Amino acid sequence: MHTYIDKIREIASRLLKEEAVEMVIGYQEGTLPMISPPMSVRSAEDVEKLTWSSHCCINLANYLTDIKGKVAVFAKGCDCRSIVNHIAEGKVKREDVVIIGVPCNGMMERRTISNIFGDEIEEVVEEADGTVIVRGKGREEKYQKSDLLRQCCRVCVHKNPVLYDELVADPVAIPEDIQRYKEVEKIEAREIDKRWKFFENLISTCIRCYACRDACPTCYCPTCFVDEAQPQWVGKGDDEPDVMTFHILRAFHTAGRCTDCGACVSACPMGINMRAFTKKLEKDCLDLWDWEAGLTSDMRPALETFTPSDPEDNFK
Amino acid sequence: MRILQIDKKDWSAGLEKSRKDYTLIGPVKEGNNVSKFKELAAGEEPDFSITTTTMSPKSVVFPQSEVMFTFTTDSASADCNIMKVPEKSYSPRAVIGIRPFDAVAMKIVKMNFDTPDYQDPYWCDAYAACTFIGLAITDPEACDFSTSTGTGPFDTSGLDVLLVDAGDYYLAEVVTDKGDSWIQSASFDQEADAESVEILHSMRKEAKKKIESTVEFANIDKKETLDLYNEKYWDSISFPCLNCGTCTYVCPTCWCFDIQDEMAHKNGRRMKNWDSCMFPNFTIHTTGHNPRNTKLMRVRQRFMHKLKYHQSKYNMGIMCVGCGRCVTSCPVNIDIREVCKQMNS
Repeated sequence: MHTYIDKIREIASRLLKEEAVEMVIGYQEGTLPMISPPMSVRSAEDVEKLTWSSHCCINLANYLTDIKGKVAVFAKGCDCRSIVNHIAEGKVKREDVVIIGVPCNGMMERRTISNIFGDEIEEVVEEADGTVIVRGKGREEKYQKSDLLRQCCRVCVHKNPVLYDELVADPVAIPEDIQRYKEVEKIEAREIDKRWKFFENLISTCIRCYACRDACPTCYCPTCFVDEAQPQWVGKGDDEPDVMTFHILRAFHTAGRCTDCGACVSACPMGINMRAFTKKLEKDCLDLWDWEAGLTSDMRPALETFTPSDPEDNFK
Repeated sequence: MRILQIDKKDWSAGLEKSRKDYTLIGPVKEGNNVSKFKELAAGEEPDFSITTTTMSPKSVVFPQSEVMFTFTTDSASADCNIMKVPEKSYSPRAVIGIRPFDAVAMKIVKMNFDTPDYQDPYWCDAYAACTFIGLAITDPEACDFSTSTGTGPFDTSGLDVLLVDAGDYYLAEVVTDKGDSWIQSASFDQEADAESVEILHSMRKEAKKKIESTVEFANIDKKETLDLYNEKYWDSISFPCLNCGTCTYVCPTCWCFDIQDEMAHKNGRRMKNWDSCMFPNFTIHTTGHNPRNTKLMRVRQRFMHKLKYHQSKYNMGIMCVGCGRCVTSCPVNIDIREVCKQMNS
């Protein structure tokens, strides 16, 4: 059992008993191994249903968009930055949300573990020392959590919440040697046609279920451009140019706002790493404007504002 | 019908032989360990190691996107504003390795596309072209609850042939004349001996026993529609839902589609694309009014359709074959088995 769970339930129970909030948003135990889906709790009697694990991959800021009433939410470093982004963009008021920060040591995705283990998985147990025991039919393997982490968690430098009302535990240490953009640099190094081919391959299995968009806290447009009928910006079928248009435009729309929470990748039923698009834009925002999403609610995100000192090299 | 024995070393040759009469379609892995049914290129074989493909084989008959008509709005053309059906091939296709529950799902989808009053020609022609060479499930996955939905790991009701992997050989139970034609095309002709037939029967029993996951839905049918509709639990069931289309797109029985015209200059085509009741656009009216404008309403609709309305309308059980795809693919683990339990309680 995760060491955070008791504290999480205690905080939720207190907030509900004191009527400080109407609802607490957290995670519950799933019906399958390796998934902890979001849930809301409205009564102190139900806080026992709340849990924490290394499979809390969905970003809970997504459940705050345009929410009415006062709510509390458990937020990892990335979720927290998405909440800050929500505050900056007027999608949630700071006074309406009690942020319970959860220092995070990274999450593990079902797909990654399943791919590594090979067989169907019946149980996954995480030991305090970072050993992960995976059990299938008549087979057991041991792994290190660090080898199973989501890609976004491996390169995360904002593991601790940036804005919170209280913390579930002490902040975790951030390793100093994290190479944040190695995966982007690898793609950048490709020849332009090979780079295009890479992205074509990346999205070749996309079924346009829009789980990536719908799991993304920054994707809150009342009508997404792909759903517009008049004018119709993009075809709705499975033609490659239409699918590519969706992914590229969505990525650009999240530029300067994406916190690399990885919910899009975790949600994708086809295992597409659409972070290959968004991580590059994150890197550009940092390189060009020294901007990182969700660290302050006092400034508009990079692509929504300008200053006379902005570099102009990118205007060609 | 007869039961044949196919030595595994003869399998590839037979498969290749049948290509002269059939286009072969089968399960393959692609991308990040996801799988689907697709046309098998020369020499390519169906991957029988996959039990439940990520995407169901419904696309073999009901593609995600299909051109219904092409047209031009060019007044200089003699064909101006005339809808033309593009040329399509409905030559025989053998779907090799379709799992029994997916073949049953085809029959459920048929209830929508092939009715006494209306027949969707695209779907009906594609379905008629198919010979379903099923592969029995000897090692069911944990989310397989097919035995309680009226089908099961060895169910032949949607199939033309049922293959059973018996180690060094396949046993092939020929179910229909259509299936027999494929068997003859592949030149498989060794009749199974009595002992092998016995093995098939015992494997069938074993496989059924291995399925531990079940659903019960008898009470749902007895309950009033409005009572179910007004239940409080829809709030907690729908809360985590992202309203993506995953459950409906991976589902072998979801049949909804949308018709779209796509234009490039003066040339256009009318498309039939999969649609999903999870999308807000699904029910929006031209006035802008959306009768199903909340997540709760959309989630409720999906489960009510699957577990209540379908039974009320057709009296043929639920609109679910228990393949477990929506359970394993849902990004937020909304589990139809749990929803069914709540509705049935």
